[in-house]
Amino acid sequence: MHHVILGAGPAGVTAAETLRKHAPDAQITLVSGEPEPPYSRMAIPYLLEGKIGEAGTHLRQTDGHYDAKRIAYKQGPVSKVDTSAKALTLNDGSTLAYDKLLIATGATPVRPPVSGLDLPGVHTCWTLDDARHIAELAKPGVPVVLVGAGFIGCIILEALAKMGVKLTVVEMGDRMVPRMLDEVAGNMLRRWCEEKGVKVVTGAVVESISPAGGAQPKPAPEAAAPTPEPKRPGFFARLFGAKSETAPAPAQATGFAEEAPGFAGAPENGLTVTLKDGQKLPAALVVVAAGVKSNIGFLDGSGIDTGRGVKVDAFHETSIKDVYAAGDVAEGINLSTGHNDMLAIQPVAVEHGYIAALNMCGVATRHRGSLNMNVLDTLGLISSSFGTWEGVEGGSRATMVDEKANRYIRLEFDGDRLIGAQCVGLTDHIGMLRGMIQTHLPLGKWKDKLMESPARIPEAYVAVVQSAPQVGPTGPKVALPA
Amino acid sequence: MLKALVIDPGKCTGCKQCEMACSLENEGVFNPSKSRIRVFDFHEDARFVPYTCTQCDEAWCQQACPVNAITTDAMGVKVVHDNLCVGCKVCTIACPFGTVNYNASTGKVIKCDLCGGEPACADACPTDAITYRDVEQSGYDKMKVWATRTSAGTESHGPNTPA
Repeated sequence: MHHVILGAGPAGVTAAETLRKHAPDAQITLVSGEPEPPYSRMAIPYLLEGKIGEAGTHLRQTDGHYDAKRIAYKQGPVSKVDTSAKALTLNDGSTLAYDKLLIATGATPVRPPVSGLDLPGVHTCWTLDDARHIAELAKPGVPVVLVGAGFIGCIILEALAKMGVKLTVVEMGDRMVPRMLDEVAGNMLRRWCEEKGVKVVTGAVVESISPAGGAQPKPAPEAAAPTPEPKRPGFFARLFGAKSETAPAPAQATGFAEEAPGFAGAPENGLTVTLKDGQKLPAALVVVAAGVKSNIGFLDGSGIDTGRGVKVDAFHETSIKDVYAAGDVAEGINLSTGHNDMLAIQPVAVEHGYIAALNMCGVATRHRGSLNMNVLDTLGLISSSFGTWEGVEGGSRATMVDEKANRYIRLEFDGDRLIGAQCVGLTDHIGMLRGMIQTHLPLGKWKDKLMESPARIPEAYVAVVQSAPQVGPTGPKVALPA
Repeated sequence: MLKALVIDPGKCTGCKQCEMACSLENEGVFNPSKSRIRVFDFHEDARFVPYTCTQCDEAWCQQACPVNAITTDAMGVKVVHDNLCVGCKVCTIACPFGTVNYNASTGKVIKCDLCGGEPACADACPTDAITYRDVEQSGYDKMKVWATRTSAGTESHGPNTPA
């Protein structure tokens, strides 16, 4: 039995390890889309701020981990899937046969309709390669414009601010992290960031990015300058990780200029970011974090049913037998709604990978749904949100706000069960919020206490799970690792 | 032989010496807010409940960690490696029991690691509300307690250490 996994992110790696555990004799091949060891995108901000080197972003830290588990690692990406012949075509033209296939190809950043996105000095912050480019340009004191203050944008915001750049963040929504936090919390974050010297522009749309100093802005991305080939740093540089990347690298900078002769001087002369309202922002570096989309393009013609992502059933199998999907690319079940949905977060990718792998090796495991949740550290102000934080009709809400202390708790209930929550400035025992929501824990009299004092969450959780016997099933639960 | 903390809230008097001992052992200060074990005080019910990590077999925190900074040692204990932890806090929201916490002064997360095999809380507990025992011996008692309070074995994982 040959299991092939496309994508070496958390979903793919978890699936490979789970397969090995439950199918000791199977052949397992992990196909990576990037020329790197399996790494975590989530760790990139910490690489940028110098907390870790490149090796610190790797998903597994033990030498020889994949060899020891007999997981073959192959350089992709895959360009075509032939589900009738059960064969893959890789970008280098070679083919690979599979018995069971897992699609865990993740997502890539969305490119908003803004002219000038291909200019040197404009980067997404998604891959290690992106991080190397950003590290070259984000020097202390230089003006940087970050496009997007969603969850990913805000994580990058923290890294850029810590790198000492002069940062402006431009967000289309009316507040920061609009899909994770409400107005109260989003505005708290904004004030906090502004006090720390970050300029925050909300309700603003970027119209164009152009070279500064009178050069003609390019009209449209299609007609834009030749995209500089992502420059791979030498093996030597990679061996020495982020430190050598953050060191001044004049050779790399001139390399840019050579590759894009039309913009000789850029980004040395800098860029101008023009907003729809006419405001112009100078930038030596523009980082675009405008959301992500699933990597499903290579599935065209495969017969695999896709929507925004790959459609899966409760066992994470796609519309084609023996083909499964997991992680950011898969539309798995959202625990809060019971519907299939994209929940592009690390813990969900791991759950998907785990469940898909069990089903691939014959251990039938139904996925009961993943809980959407996020935690964000914005220059020291920590916020989190869980589940249906916006609440439901007919439900009840408890809030506690202390604007001066930057503390906020909002709890949303349906009957006596917690269904969603968000917090600012609160970190102790916050995992209990997940526990309460995910197990549909009936809170009884503790719901009333929480309505009065939302901060008593830890007490309520311990009191309820440590006291009255529970009768009957407590509601749907996510499949727990066995 | 695997050993585990066995907590009996019925014996707890709420003296909180376990919190002091934990904080001193792990942080070098008497600061209960940095303790990895916490005693919940339900004064209306005259009941105290010591509460900490139960070292899940397949731990949510460990699986959620993006950089492999939480691993299982030979004793089954889930240990945070400070040199690898980037402080992303995903484990703090992933652990449904809320027993992994962020320590803002170090920028890392902290959780109970059973003090490397000699848990200071159990040593400090004057009433044997917290004991450190062979899992084999305590397992049957645990099951008996849970059998009386959950829906007859249909739930494979209980919320936390039983009373």
